[in-house]
Amino acid sequence: MARFVSIWFRYLATDWFSLPHPEYKKIPFVLRQPSHGRLIISAANAAAVRSGISCGMALADARALLPDLHVLDDEPDKIQRVLYKLAEWCMRFTPWVALDPPDGLFLDATGCAHLWGGEEKYVQEMTNKLTARGYTVRVAMADTPGAAWAVAHYAKNPGVVPAGHHIEALLPLPPEALRLEPQVVERLHKLGLHHIKQFIHLPRAALRKRFGVGFLQQLDKAVGQEREPLQPIQPVEPYHERLPCLEPIVTATGIEIALKQLLEMLCLRLQQEQKGVRAAVFKGHRVDGKVEQISIATSRASHQVSHLFKLFEIRLATIEPALGIELFVLEAPKVEPHLPQQEKMWEAGGGLDDVRLAELVDRLSNKIGERIYRYLPEEHHWPERSFREATSLQEEAMTEWRTDVHRPLHVLPVPERIEVTAPIPDYPPLLFRHKGRVHTIVKADGPERIEQEWWRQQGQHRDYYRVEDDEGNRYWLFRLGHYHDQTFQWFLHGYFS
Amino acid sequence: MLAQLQSDILRLQGFKPAGSGLGALSLGAIDAAFPNRTFPTGAVHEVVSPASEDLAAASGFLTGLMAGLMRSKGVAVWISTRRTVFPPALKAFGIKPDRLLFVEVPRERDALWAMEEALKSPALTAVVGELRDISFTASRRLQLAVEQSQVTGFIINRAAKLTTTACVSRWRITSLPSETPDALPGIGLPQWRVELLRIRNGRPGVWQVQWQKNRFVVAAHNEQPTTNHEPLSQAG
Repeated sequence: MARFVSIWFRYLATDWFSLPHPEYKKIPFVLRQPSHGRLIISAANAAAVRSGISCGMALADARALLPDLHVLDDEPDKIQRVLYKLAEWCMRFTPWVALDPPDGLFLDATGCAHLWGGEEKYVQEMTNKLTARGYTVRVAMADTPGAAWAVAHYAKNPGVVPAGHHIEALLPLPPEALRLEPQVVERLHKLGLHHIKQFIHLPRAALRKRFGVGFLQQLDKAVGQEREPLQPIQPVEPYHERLPCLEPIVTATGIEIALKQLLEMLCLRLQQEQKGVRAAVFKGHRVDGKVEQISIATSRASHQVSHLFKLFEIRLATIEPALGIELFVLEAPKVEPHLPQQEKMWEAGGGLDDVRLAELVDRLSNKIGERIYRYLPEEHHWPERSFREATSLQEEAMTEWRTDVHRPLHVLPVPERIEVTAPIPDYPPLLFRHKGRVHTIVKADGPERIEQEWWRQQGQHRDYYRVEDDEGNRYWLFRLGHYHDQTFQWFLHGYFS
Repeated sequence: MLAQLQSDILRLQGFKPAGSGLGALSLGAIDAAFPNRTFPTGAVHEVVSPASEDLAAASGFLTGLMAGLMRSKGVAVWISTRRTVFPPALKAFGIKPDRLLFVEVPRERDALWAMEEALKSPALTAVVGELRDISFTASRRLQLAVEQSQVTGFIINRAAKLTTTACVSRWRITSLPSETPDALPGIGLPQWRVELLRIRNGRPGVWQVQWQKNRFVVAAHNEQPTTNHEPLSQAG
């Protein structure tokens, strides 16, 4: 049975402005905001409301009513940030907290209350803690977010609605408690329907005809017929493990033990569900509120404790425990199906499917970064484009590697300029000079003309020659451009073995 | 009788007898230089090649060797600070280029770490590391790593000045003028002068080797390596 808590910060804006000035709580105090060329009241505190001032009133009218009214400029953006901070603070009660703008929060308290000794105590604790911080709150707990909201905002004494009794709790409340549009509420009141009990049992077809589908949806959300979509401020990772510590941990050994325990817990769960980690984050919540974290990634799904531990181990030293870490969290934001393999079978053969190869790649790339490459053929003549990086260890080549053309085993990353003596057009040169050394060419093959792929890049073609000098070394030279252009240049591009 | 004793001694020293596992790589006439007449796998070999031209020759010879070791299933790793190997060319030396992983390490000292890490992994068949400098201790570490995993390691030593290492052998490969049949014009098949400068429990030698249709052909043989540039025979 799901249980939801709705917290309504009755005077969120004015309460927040009063935090540094407690005396504002006693005097009528409002916040103003310009709107359509005049100043209107955007928030009023309890004392001001008692004097008959309400939100949306023009400031001049309020001043006429109450000359000694205290006024400050509103900062709506800041108030939203305050609400977010409060939501984060409420994470102590449940990991699932959602915002209910402009001035409320929803908490999914399913299975949390017993830790506080019951629902009454849970809600009481929440109210006390927030009141102590200086906020006026109305807290209600019910089976649906809609019912909790209604009770928090409109019940005389908000509190815990026992499980299964949320419809009874709704009955005496006014229609506004269903979070309806103002026009619909107005129409309901005009028809004399001042309480939910007056219309909740009316035929649905009639209600839909008069008040629209939106009205029925809101009613269903409150009753629990329809799920209310809520977005938690911090999505709960489906795969995460927590390890709270009795004493703050400061030693490296302690952190290692914590990591090992968490990994064992996580991997056991993953193994049962036939899943493996692709990315994992290890977080340490420190006593002073900071969070230290390290993350790893694997090239294929894994649930091997020893392997994952090795990956973390390299970075473990970067965790600064400072005064101590009180809570360790291990999250796996990315998991993939990992079917059990008969791993023995691979031991003799090896090959690219070998788990140990993937583990090696992980170890290397976690230390030196993504600098491990595997290449696959591409159907391009231009040498630099004739291969591409593979995206994974398993990716298969779409085409065959070419063997009909001669390519040097070593190429220079950038072709280097050389000076040549080539007296006859389109014949290989007689000698060339590279880095101050003159090489006399004894044998040569070529030219092999490779044109630019004009749909990719403009430029001149290359005429490649394979040449061998008098010492027996073989080179790959090319001339960029036509011989008769007089603008051609010669380059050394590689070494044949 | 003597041969039996010799192979017993070798077995006691940790050398596998011929024909076991992946060790059945035949290099023709060069085999006679190796202990047990088998190319030592599960060991670290060193190839010296300071110049870029020599590097190409050494890589060609190594790729041919690795092709024999990897067969169809093996995977190898090539570690360097900057990749200069042109993957499409590997196919001509019998290796499917997509079965080779290239690791580009950011710093020279990471290359040693990466090589040791790779040599420890039994998933690989061979590991090649282009290193600029290697100390005796570092090479000893590598040797210890392969003794567990039985991976074959190759260090391409780019250092101009050679030091003592714990590697099982030391090679030097230089290019020789290619030969074309019937003195046709153009460039023929790759041909190298393969010098085995040092080999543990074997006999060093010099050969003239050609790469023909996916296999080595040993063309000529002289027993002793030239000692004019061999300052370390006493050190090893």
